[in-house]
Amino acid sequence: MDIFLTLLSLLDSTVRLATPLLLAALAGFYSERAGVVDIGLEGKMLVAAFAAAATAAIHGSAWLGLGAGILASVILALLHGFACITHKGNQVVSGVALNIVALGLTAVLGNAWFEMGGRTPNLPADARFGEIILPLAEALRGVPLLGPLYFELISGHNILVYLALAIVPLTWWIAYRTRFGLRLRAVGENPAAVDTAGISVTRLRYQAVLIAGLLCGIAGAYLSTAQGAGFQANMTAGKGFLALAALILGKWKPVPTLFACLLFAFADALQTRLQGVALPGIGEVPVQLIEALPYLLTVLLLAGFVGKAIPPKASGRPYVKDR
Amino acid sequence: MSAAPPSVSSAWAVELVGIDKRFGPVHANRDVTLRFAPASIHGLVGENGAGKSTLMSILYGFYEADGGEILVRGKQVNIRTPQDAIRLGIGMVHQHFMLVETFTVLENLLLGHEGGPVLGPAMARARAEVQALEQQFGLEVPLDALVSDLPVGVQQRVEILKALYRGAEVLILDEPTAVLSPPEVEQLFRILERLRQQGRTVLLITHKLKEIMAITDRVSVLRRGQVVAEFVTKETDRQALADAMVGRKTSLAVDKAPATPGPVLLSAQNVNVIDARGVTTLKDACLSVRAGEIVGIAGVAGNGQSELLEVLSGMCRFDSGTVTLKGDEIGPATKYDAADARRRGLAHVPEDRLKLAVIKEFPAHESAILGYHQDKGLSKGWRLDWKRVVAKTVSLMEQFDVRPGNPNLRTSLFSGGNQQKLVMAREMDREPDILLVGQPTRGVDIGAIAFIHRQLVSLRDRGKAILLVSAELDEILALSDRILVMCDGEIVGELSAAEATEGRIGTMMAGIKDTPAVEGVSA
Repeated sequence: MDIFLTLLSLLDSTVRLATPLLLAALAGFYSERAGVVDIGLEGKMLVAAFAAAATAAIHGSAWLGLGAGILASVILALLHGFACITHKGNQVVSGVALNIVALGLTAVLGNAWFEMGGRTPNLPADARFGEIILPLAEALRGVPLLGPLYFELISGHNILVYLALAIVPLTWWIAYRTRFGLRLRAVGENPAAVDTAGISVTRLRYQAVLIAGLLCGIAGAYLSTAQGAGFQANMTAGKGFLALAALILGKWKPVPTLFACLLFAFADALQTRLQGVALPGIGEVPVQLIEALPYLLTVLLLAGFVGKAIPPKASGRPYVKDR
Repeated sequence: MSAAPPSVSSAWAVELVGIDKRFGPVHANRDVTLRFAPASIHGLVGENGAGKSTLMSILYGFYEADGGEILVRGKQVNIRTPQDAIRLGIGMVHQHFMLVETFTVLENLLLGHEGGPVLGPAMARARAEVQALEQQFGLEVPLDALVSDLPVGVQQRVEILKALYRGAEVLILDEPTAVLSPPEVEQLFRILERLRQQGRTVLLITHKLKEIMAITDRVSVLRRGQVVAEFVTKETDRQALADAMVGRKTSLAVDKAPATPGPVLLSAQNVNVIDARGVTTLKDACLSVRAGEIVGIAGVAGNGQSELLEVLSGMCRFDSGTVTLKGDEIGPATKYDAADARRRGLAHVPEDRLKLAVIKEFPAHESAILGYHQDKGLSKGWRLDWKRVVAKTVSLMEQFDVRPGNPNLRTSLFSGGNQQKLVMAREMDREPDILLVGQPTRGVDIGAIAFIHRQLVSLRDRGKAILLVSAELDEILALSDRILVMCDGEIVGELSAAEATEGRIGTMMAGIKDTPAVEGVSA
């Protein structure tokens, strides 16, 4: 029973850790399926985390914070669109630039406004997204196996976790069952086909980039106002890149991407639990090595254990009508 | 919409009046006036760069004209985007297909014409509608297959169907036969006939005069952006069209003296190639090419010709057999790559110019030395001597009449014919003893074709051995001293120039008529 409970709590943190990855990876899904490479997931998440925490700290509302986070992220997304779609700039360069801007801007503004070394004040419980206890969770807690499973794993997350999970099937439906999805996937494969069909490539790509901004905004707000209780400098710490890796591992498909996010999150959850634990025959493994686990896993998986991942054909290429 | 009865043919389907278009210094269309009758096939010919594609792109809303007007069914219209063109019943099949390869055929047809924000119900409706169209025009395509799995000929039918599904009354086809095998061309022509019967207007852009003669009702000739002649097809012939296109008398036939073959310079004995899927793509190939002769290889594309060229030029390994190059035997285990081949005096003009012969983004002088960039004459120690490279390119351009003669212009800005002349110049410059040539005139205009043919014959007359692979039977017949026919990876027959006729070669090639030739696999 002890092992069962440990496993449950491990899975529980897996879900919590997977949420921001998942939101960012889905953001990447929309952008890259439309043919716009998004290295800037990290930066968008970071500004959103900062804007959400700062707003929540001042106004005391998690929802206002979420709104501010989304707004900040969308502004960055629009900048990316302006550089890459309107001016046909290099998408990787633009994304990297946004990441650098985000890193510097959040630190500077944080310091200027709150004078706490780049951090924002600790948020009180009512300025954060709290845990939601699903109906009957308390009552059923005593039922063997299913009770704890329901109470620990399924119930007791904040609303953004459920939202992120709901966006997976929604994204699948949008991508494969709607007109917008058909056009989105087409513009990432062959924008010329979209253009000759009489549809605006620019408009479609801007829509995709905006959705990416929206989702990164939620991801960032989650980090600072749901999972955490305030903003810390560089609190995304590579999650945007890990999300990109999950998207690639999921072969640019929503449901496999969900599983890739869960896998990375599981490695992360395991990593925190393994710190300081002495393994039989080896002794205590250095913390640094254990912390590197999720990243080592990423490298190994992407190095070819998953078969060939074929990106959308037109991703990374600005659309220019050729003569 | 029903077919317009022929009695009201006074109304034109489409009229282009005084169309003018400039791209910077290039005057692509000057005061072009053309009228297309309903229920007809109208051919548009001209050399590369004559302005055909620009004109059609204006009609399809890809570019806006600087001046002039467009009338559709007698009414003046503004066409600013492809959307406008589609709404007016104008459809276009581009030379490079505008298909999403990872989509099914049905999804491709739906794109831009979905009929509602959610696909489900629209899909079902579209399926029924498309099937009706398929029946009406005899265009069969597997609706649920992925486009990337379909042969080129079928992809083209998807494009035609797409235009029809979007309600095209006027269908523009840009060089539709460039990628098709002869049986596929026949099939396309049957479809075009059917379209005409059903009252649609077809605009056929091509530079293959044979096709114009075979299928069009009227033909307009463009030269340097202007309409220079218009004919009723029945009342003209290929020679007259060719003259109008280039603006001077051209000869389609190649003048050449009988060959005086010398010793065998290149031969192959029982060469086999097995590809990654385990398919034998080249079976027991045996051939020999002598000094001072041109050996032509005929066959529908994708029947082993590409593999043969790749083996002989050192680009691909073979699994068994021997290649003998100027007396040296080369087996499957011998180190032999493209650089070795060049060092031994074998030059190669590959079939796929843009993929294998030049780098589009490079300036001409860089493309002009690829493969020969290690020549002592072009370098200063370990560095390239750009002055000499440019000087070399200028001299190549002069010898082969490459226009514009600017060695610093990006390779992609030259027309297909001029790119090809540059490649030919590069490969022939070192006087190779053996020249392999694949599709020397694919996508090349008539003026340049005659020039390239003359160069090949003169190389032969200088005592060199030439192996020519071409999908154009006319070309094979005009140039070759001996002809080998390939089918299904095998050399199935040999004819001397004297005994070869289109009919006889055709019969040899025809053995494969029922098995669809999947193009692109070899390319």
